[in-house]
Amino acid sequence: MNRDVIICRCEDVTYGEIVDVIDEGLTTTEEIKRVLRCGMGPCQGRTCSRLIARIIAEKTGAKVADVPYPTVRPPSRPVEIGTLAEPDAVNVRTLTGTDDEE
Amino acid sequence: MMKSRAECVIIGGGVVGTAIAYYLAKGGMTDCVLVEADYLSSGATGRCGGGIRQQWSTEANTRLAIESVREFSSLEDELGADIEFLQGGYLILAYTDEDVAQFEKNVALQQGLGLDVSILTPDEITERVVPQLNTDGVRMATYCPSDASANPFLTTTAYANAARRLGVEIELFTPVTRVLTEHGKVTGVETSKGTISTPLVVNVAGSHSVPIAATAGVNLPITPYRRQILVTEPLERFFHPMIISFSLGIYFRQVRHGSVIGGFGDPDEPAGFNQTSSLEFLTTMSSKLAFLMPRLRSVKIVRQWGGMYDLTPDAQPILGETDGVEGFFQASGFSGHGFMIAPKVAMLVAQVVAGQKPDLDISRLNARRFAEGPVTTDRSVV
Repeated sequence: MNRDVIICRCEDVTYGEIVDVIDEGLTTTEEIKRVLRCGMGPCQGRTCSRLIARIIAEKTGAKVADVPYPTVRPPSRPVEIGTLAEPDAVNVRTLTGTDDEE
Repeated sequence: MMKSRAECVIIGGGVVGTAIAYYLAKGGMTDCVLVEADYLSSGATGRCGGGIRQQWSTEANTRLAIESVREFSSLEDELGADIEFLQGGYLILAYTDEDVAQFEKNVALQQGLGLDVSILTPDEITERVVPQLNTDGVRMATYCPSDASANPFLTTTAYANAARRLGVEIELFTPVTRVLTEHGKVTGVETSKGTISTPLVVNVAGSHSVPIAATAGVNLPITPYRRQILVTEPLERFFHPMIISFSLGIYFRQVRHGSVIGGFGDPDEPAGFNQTSSLEFLTTMSSKLAFLMPRLRSVKIVRQWGGMYDLTPDAQPILGETDGVEGFFQASGFSGHGFMIAPKVAMLVAQVVAGQKPDLDISRLNARRFAEGPVTTDRSVV
């Protein structure tokens, strides 16, 4: 495959970069994620994890089914901070002890 | 094939373990094996915020932190790798009378040690350091521009690769089942892949150091507590320092990639080996970020995760030899600030393991301090 093919489209990680770190001794999707950032973008590896597992299998001789995917972390879709933030949850007046004065 | 004999075995592939392996080999002890139960930086190192702070409330901790920043600042050249080291400073916000009184003491102590730290008014914070910060309720802040940050994965990988180049063997996915001793001396390490005979073992496994030490009859006063953290989508760089507050309970920074990363410790978190994520953390952290930096309200969170602090009774690490078991060394209990002091601590522990006099005395951090009487806690743990 062409080394310039993008495998992780969230973080622009190419096939060549992935093959290089496998050659350096990284054999799991978790390790490759931490060094190259693939799977850390907004899609959380939904697209690239399967492709990377296949590349690892090809390079190491393992079965694709035996290559685990990285841990899936919440939130399952990116969410705006303003959507999650609770109004008035942070009250610095309570913290500074000036609440009574208001 | 894993070696069956080595001069020294290091247990744990986090930043401190890989750094100890590197400094041992650099000092001439190249016949070392590092064993890691999972992959490099899979534990606390790879889950931390990557901050490197020199602002502490005791002289000993401040000195150690200053020395560590010195090491960090030349580490990329020394290890031949990019670790995303950035001296973007630390801005510590004071909200309470206790904060103000403590910070004034801290700054006097830190300035006396030569640290470039100063007190800022709320106006000075927004005019000179972070224009986007909401300073509502902020009494003052301390700011040290030479405080720093780096990427924990890249730092650990850089140490590991440098150690390998010097001859250290690193065995991943190799859990330790037992530390072997005879007549009060270490004789080897039993792992899932076989036994390595060795007279020197360094236990650097974070919270997992406790069950490992127990196999040699050693009790370490370390308790695991979950801490959570989250990261946003990337943004063009708009602030440089790590921003923290002990009283509000938060730390956050913008990493080189552009994401904002941050977390806080829940004071009601129960002890235990738990690295799961909670919705409560996600909403509370979002509320804090939205309050402190309203511009972030429209920014998306892409991921959250948990990790563990390996907390000791005084929130200081346990370093050095083990009374009663010759050849067994400890370097754990970093209580949430292991990454930032890793280079200097690892160098000092390597000196002790190699039988040399360390260039900073670390005997005050030996585990025997807990048997000798009450300990004092640094007030600057977030």
